[in-house]
Amino acid sequence: MRSIWRTLDRGLLRDIALVGLAVGVIGVSYGAIAVAAGFPLWLPVLMSTLVLAGASEFLFIGIVAAGGSPIAAVAAGLLVNARHLPFGLSLPDVLGGGWRRLLGSHVMNDESVVFALAQPDLARKRAAYWACGGAVLVCWPTGALLGALAGSAVHGTSALGLDAMFPAVLLALVLPALRDGAKRRSALTGAVLALAAAPFLPAGLPVLLALAGLAVPGPRARTEVAG
Amino acid sequence: MNHHTTLVVAALALAAGTFAFRLAGPLLRSRVTFPARVEKLLETASVVLLVALVATTTLYEGHGWAGYARPAGVLVGGVLAWRKLPFLVVVLAAAGTTAVLRLAGVG
Repeated sequence: MRSIWRTLDRGLLRDIALVGLAVGVIGVSYGAIAVAAGFPLWLPVLMSTLVLAGASEFLFIGIVAAGGSPIAAVAAGLLVNARHLPFGLSLPDVLGGGWRRLLGSHVMNDESVVFALAQPDLARKRAAYWACGGAVLVCWPTGALLGALAGSAVHGTSALGLDAMFPAVLLALVLPALRDGAKRRSALTGAVLALAAAPFLPAGLPVLLALAGLAVPGPRARTEVAG
Repeated sequence: MNHHTTLVVAALALAAGTFAFRLAGPLLRSRVTFPARVEKLLETASVVLLVALVATTTLYEGHGWAGYARPAGVLVGGVLAWRKLPFLVVVLAAAGTTAVLRLAGVG
């Protein structure tokens, strides 16, 4: 497989470090936004460590800050995080057993899953998954703490274009998998469904709805093997 | 319950539920053997989820249109990744394009 990376070499570690840095900077804005919205400093730090899923934490903070009930905030956050169930189903043998499975489950996120997915064999999938999961586990709470300490000094990071970084990272890593015709058809159908539903459904649901794309029947005979 | 206790309980509930979602997949995989066709389907499921996530986070901010700057940046990143440029270049070009467009007043 001719992917961007051949081995878990310095190049891949640099890529993971870059993602960790971006996650950390977004964490800074998350901590700052939480404190500016009137939450105590410990809340973004606690959530970034224990929940460790950025989108659901932003949503939680946003709903409670807008006067919504904490129960609604938890429900919305869980809806956004439901995609981790199919993620875990698709990662056979990457996590291992025992305590590794417990810690490995905790560091499951979009970034670690997509880095693992982009690797050609199990050894490298494992290495990439743990390296990226560990980087996010360190960078996200650290960023949130720094942001919360800095208070309202930092207001969002949109001027830096960091919001384009997250989808670009996922896209770059998932592109090789799209050379497989059947996967491409399912993924594109799912994306269209998610885009059509996004204006109407609560956050998290459109992405889950995309799984309906799996039902798209493809001409099985000419399923190509990725490059 | 005072406000802080409510927040702690809510944050812990979100953390516990999220962890349950994350652990359920690996637990199931270690207990149940899936036929090869289902294995392939499950692997495809991650690709489908990630591509849908790319699409929605590129074009939407909440329920509304994200503006032109972000999709333009992601598009530039995607083209560079397609042309097999290094990951570092891809990601920085995506962020840079969006930042420059915003600086130029494009929403």
